[in-house]
Amino acid sequence: MKVLFNPSRKTTSPVPEWRSRLVLGLLLTCLIVLISRSIYLQALNKDFLQQQGQSRHERVIEQNMQRGNIKDRNGEILAVSAPVRSVWIEPQRVNATPEQIRQLAGLTGVEEAVIQQRILSGKKFVYLRRQLPPELAEKVAELNIKGVNLKHEFYRYYPARELAAHILGFTDIDGRGQEGMELAWQDMLTGEDGKRRVIKDRIGRIVEDVEQIQSPKPGQDVVLSIDSKIQYLAYRELARTVKEQHAKAGSIVALDVQTGEVLAMANYPAFNPNQRASMNNEVIRNRVLVDTFEPGSTLKPFVVAVAMETGRIKSDTLMETAGGKLKIGRAVIHDVRDKGNLTVSQVIQASSNVGAAKIALLLPPKTFWEMLNRSGFGTETGIGFPGEASGRLRAYNTWRPIEQATMSYGHGISASLMQLARAYTLFATDGELKPVTLLKRDIPAVGQKVISRETAQSVRKMLELAVQPEGTGNSARISGYRVAGKTGTAHKRLKGQKGYAKDRYISSFVGFAPASDPRVIIAIMIDEPSSGNYYGGTVAAPVFSRVMEGTLRILNVPFDGPLGNLVISPVPAELEDKG
Amino acid sequence: MIPPDIKKAWHYFTRYIDNFLLAGIFLLMLTGLIVLYSATGGSSARVISQLINMVVACVVMWVVANIPLQRMMRMAFPLYVLGIVLLIAVALFGEVQNGARRWLNLGIVQIQPSELLKIVVPLMMAWYFDKAHITLRWRDYVIAALILLLPVALIVRQPDLGTALLILISGFYVIFLAGLSWRLMIGLVVTVTVSLPLLWSFGMHDYQRKRIMTMLDPSQDALGAGYHTIQSSIAIGSGGIAGKGWLKGTQSQLDFLPEPSTDFIFSVFSEEFGLIGNSLLLSLYLIVIGRCLVITASAPTRFARLVAGSITLTFFTYVFVNMGMVSGILPVVGIPLPLISYGGTSMVTILLGFGILMSIHTHPKLVKT
Repeated sequence: MKVLFNPSRKTTSPVPEWRSRLVLGLLLTCLIVLISRSIYLQALNKDFLQQQGQSRHERVIEQNMQRGNIKDRNGEILAVSAPVRSVWIEPQRVNATPEQIRQLAGLTGVEEAVIQQRILSGKKFVYLRRQLPPELAEKVAELNIKGVNLKHEFYRYYPARELAAHILGFTDIDGRGQEGMELAWQDMLTGEDGKRRVIKDRIGRIVEDVEQIQSPKPGQDVVLSIDSKIQYLAYRELARTVKEQHAKAGSIVALDVQTGEVLAMANYPAFNPNQRASMNNEVIRNRVLVDTFEPGSTLKPFVVAVAMETGRIKSDTLMETAGGKLKIGRAVIHDVRDKGNLTVSQVIQASSNVGAAKIALLLPPKTFWEMLNRSGFGTETGIGFPGEASGRLRAYNTWRPIEQATMSYGHGISASLMQLARAYTLFATDGELKPVTLLKRDIPAVGQKVISRETAQSVRKMLELAVQPEGTGNSARISGYRVAGKTGTAHKRLKGQKGYAKDRYISSFVGFAPASDPRVIIAIMIDEPSSGNYYGGTVAAPVFSRVMEGTLRILNVPFDGPLGNLVISPVPAELEDKG
Repeated sequence: MIPPDIKKAWHYFTRYIDNFLLAGIFLLMLTGLIVLYSATGGSSARVISQLINMVVACVVMWVVANIPLQRMMRMAFPLYVLGIVLLIAVALFGEVQNGARRWLNLGIVQIQPSELLKIVVPLMMAWYFDKAHITLRWRDYVIAALILLLPVALIVRQPDLGTALLILISGFYVIFLAGLSWRLMIGLVVTVTVSLPLLWSFGMHDYQRKRIMTMLDPSQDALGAGYHTIQSSIAIGSGGIAGKGWLKGTQSQLDFLPEPSTDFIFSVFSEEFGLIGNSLLLSLYLIVIGRCLVITASAPTRFARLVAGSITLTFFTYVFVNMGMVSGILPVVGIPLPLISYGGTSMVTILLGFGILMSIHTHPKLVKT
């Protein structure tokens, strides 16, 4: 192109050649720049940019799996997860009219001012409202506000409320177990979240499913050994007694003798796991397992058992208990009442401290220690409950004679109510210590042989005597069944110092029935009854009687004793409702 | 067979149309429709509406192509005066949209007078140079510069920096092609270089400064102003050599791109058709521009030559600025990709320009005066 612009008749000055060349040159330069840029982006930087692009639209999302249910042994649901949606916002992207904000406030129950404040927070992710029912969430979605999103979650609901609260524990708002069985079986209950690779658009809508990276495993159900009916009965009777006796607290546990299953376990005060606000450390503790106390006289059968087992005494051996006093060093052990000299059986029946101490002093410390140790004291029961206490059983080589003596009637040693109840499997079976569990087992558990059959049967007889009219636990009796058991009344230890409180007690009772073929062990502990009564026989034994009677009936256990003149109280109406 | 009468009528009807140029334009418009379908996520409604825009623009082009040069010259001055009046009216009674006073509401239609000036300003300047002495003196350049700066100043005030710059550029092309001397050109370049920092501090809005800063380093503000540039670079790069295929561009399909159907449509095209597609598209533009240059070179009068040259170079500037902006080498200014981007106004303006070029090329070369 020599001359770009034709000279017309009117113009005599054609554009000079350099000028058209300049124009063409600039044009070509620009084209080269564009092509170079294109090559730079599409050939040289392709991999980086493609990866960048992918990271913008490919996402790995987690599929929340529903948490497993917790059921009782009969399949009744104790904890269930309901699908809910949580509303969250991306404050930087929110674009809403005042009218929309008003509607949002109405649906979520969050005040308009609070919503505005969160929008202005400048964060990338803020929850507006957790766990909204699905119907309301649908309406929030219909508002279609930019930057307001919904997330699938689950709300944990406990239909039985405070009844089984201590056993179940609870989850946090994100569905992680915090206490109790929810925590203990967290892994099994949650299952595994699935992971999917998806393509999302800019607003976060899923437009394509690419692949499943990890398939979700739904949470499994946990079936507890608890029987809701017995649990209800136990809780109700316990709560009633704690209130009547103006006690600080109380605990109860029921075990199946053969399988070691926990049929019921309750504490009072309790809490409603559906209302997080009601929780504090005082009410959420499962005292049966995490608290220990000095058991008192309920420990007497163990010293008797080991003394019999080692041939040192027989059930009719006469002990010198006349006077009701025993001086060891400077300390003096008292009985409540002086009943003259008593046989070993009578020592249990009348709950003589002097008798028990004298039996204990017949034994080498190591022998006594081994008995207590093999009965499960000082070690956890292995039930697998978070925070379980092991209690305190001091090494025998540190024992002084007075300590060995007081330990025979349950002082200077501490145990949880569960340990105590479990230790009584020795006498309820033919000398086996049964493993305990909170999960449904249904088959008899093989226990550890601790004492001989003969010894176990002898002690069982003594325990049966203890609930006879002459015994301390006579209010534990039930019409139609033979009952065996032992009362306990222990002074509370002073807090933070040595010695015992004069006027504060822990009343307890541990027993089993039917005595001819024991099926259920029930242990009760009432902390600081202060309505005047404080003996285990008057405070705890009546609870045993009522709960045991109902339990045996619920379990359809055949009668083995005389149906006395006692009126059989009907099964409570509420109980029927529960079923 | 087509009857001879109809054939004759057709020839008569299209006698002022340049078929070569028309073919190039149609190919580009067809490409535009194909990309638009993808960019709107498969919306036939938008494609049809764009098709209507194209038909209207083609009618405008046909009408303009039929206007002889002499009449166009005679219209230049009145049109210019009308344009200025409308701009003043906008300044006085204009409607504010998106923070700028650009639109004039005439009751029935809303018009954007600055768009009209894109064609009228080069027309007016070319007319002036044509009327001036055979050898242009520097006084003529000053007057031409005033003709240019008056509307530009009015448009800057709206504010619409993009349009003002484009008009400035198209006017500059006229002055340049009219034979501006080296000395003056150097003086102009120096003036511009010196005034840039001044413009930066006094003549620019914050958002405009931000755009330029963003162009220099998009990652500085990756979520804000740099977002457009980064996203479109990623989209273009994701296309690779061969592209992802029509309707398969994820960056554009998934709404990660800003304005995928208008200003940023080139990145949609690039992602789906790759480096090969880009080269073909650029070639197509090159063919159209080449044809325009040929028309310019053979233009009969100084007026025709200046007008044709300005339109051609402005068209090229559109293409370069849009592609440069989308691929991240120029700051983000709202300039659509001619013949491809969605939008009626720019389509009409572009085809109106081509109509003038066709008229220049097809009308008899002899001038009456």
